[in-house]
Amino acid sequence: MNRITYSKATDVRDAIQEHSKTDKAQYIAGGTNLLDLMKVNVMRPAHLVDINKIGFDFIEQEADGGLRLGASVTNADTAYHQHVQQHYPLLAEAMLSAASAQLRNMATNGGNIMQRTRCYYFYDTSTACNKREPGSGCSAINGYNRMHAILGTSADCIAVHPSDMAVALRALDAVVCVEGPSGKREIPMEAFHRLPEDKPDQDNTLAADEVITSIKLPPSKYAKHYSYLKLRDRPSYAFALVSVAAALNLDEQQHVLEASIALGGVAHKPWRMPEAEALLIGKPATAANFRMAADMLLSTAQGYGHNNFKIELARRAIVRALEQAVNKQATL
Amino acid sequence: METEKYNNTPQEPTISLTVNGQMHTLKVEPWVSLLDALRDHLQLTGTKKGCDHGQCGACTVLVDGKRINACMTLAIMRDGAEITTVEGLSQGQDLHPLQQAFIDHDAFQCGYCTPGQLCSAIGLMQEGKAKTLAEVQDLMSGNICRCAAYSNINAAICEVMGIENRGGSL
Repeated sequence: MNRITYSKATDVRDAIQEHSKTDKAQYIAGGTNLLDLMKVNVMRPAHLVDINKIGFDFIEQEADGGLRLGASVTNADTAYHQHVQQHYPLLAEAMLSAASAQLRNMATNGGNIMQRTRCYYFYDTSTACNKREPGSGCSAINGYNRMHAILGTSADCIAVHPSDMAVALRALDAVVCVEGPSGKREIPMEAFHRLPEDKPDQDNTLAADEVITSIKLPPSKYAKHYSYLKLRDRPSYAFALVSVAAALNLDEQQHVLEASIALGGVAHKPWRMPEAEALLIGKPATAANFRMAADMLLSTAQGYGHNNFKIELARRAIVRALEQAVNKQATL
Repeated sequence: METEKYNNTPQEPTISLTVNGQMHTLKVEPWVSLLDALRDHLQLTGTKKGCDHGQCGACTVLVDGKRINACMTLAIMRDGAEITTVEGLSQGQDLHPLQQAFIDHDAFQCGYCTPGQLCSAIGLMQEGKAKTLAEVQDLMSGNICRCAAYSNINAAICEVMGIENRGGSL
């Protein structure tokens, strides 16, 4: 790890000011990903601004019936929070499927969605990687790419975003609240993470010195029919090969009133396709209809060799997650 | 230039940590992990460095009552914290019930992961979320045992927690 200086911010303005003093500053909250990357010299900040004590350690209900998750609340405290468990069980389930109990006790909500990819080449400084070193090339496209993306890739990067929480937040239409030198703004989850295009070094749309302060969840509407299906190499403590956050609203005849399907492990950002969800509206919640939606969601999927299996895996996972969502009891 | 100023400013702040009930004041560079501070500065080498990347759980300690990976946090970030390491589990010669259960169930071979397993399991018990063997397995998955003593580790934890040691799924 390179030598660093450190300061503990006392409020959000102080944090932003400290961060803007140098272009080599990084905010640190849980640190579970940043310190890991610093130890392997993938990230080399000169100064760390600790944002754990800037007043965003709350979870509170909003006037509109939604819920605001403070950025520095840990993943464990969020996932086990009674209101989250009761009204946003999809989010709780996704968060508890991630990492280990120890990491969830440190990792924060803001940090979770700021995670960098776990692409092996991104971590290996002896290889080319456009995300780590723009212009150096992508070692994954023609390399070992079993964990890599099948949707929304570019000629410069096929990395996937590793977060489970982000997939659930995307399915629930969460909004990321940020603050920077020029004030506050809100970024819908859809627009927070980006596709790699020709700038894979940019994971998200945060502007310089901006910091996440909280994440807003709209009023709960998927507390009954939901499923977070995470497929991975072992049943605990592993990143998803493919994950599906599925949420449905059904009428009494089991026809679909609303549907939300977000995919993880398949793209540079949580993947959603409104057209595929629209296909289900008004139709019976059956496997045949779910397969149609799955086919549409994956219509542009492309494998790169070792990850070809993900296309069929994702197709089946979408159907299974939706079936689990219809009858949540059956999955317990 | 700001960047240069930061790179060239030597900074060795003083922090205080209460470890196993004893308060310590120590000077640590900002880049020192809590794990290195415990092992190298306080000579508490019971906490082990396995992967140093938050993957193996050998460095698990309790910070303000919660289990975390000591390798994945900076000591300076824990200024003022209360820390329990494996050295703080027994009352003198009286082992913690979990330590005794590990002996009774032969829950280790080489022993390198054991301090982390113990601290992690105590964190698990305090969290109170595990009610079945499958849940113990899931919530202990952050602790790797390369001797694969898992079934005996689970048996020890289940005994102390009063959980039936049957029907695990992992």
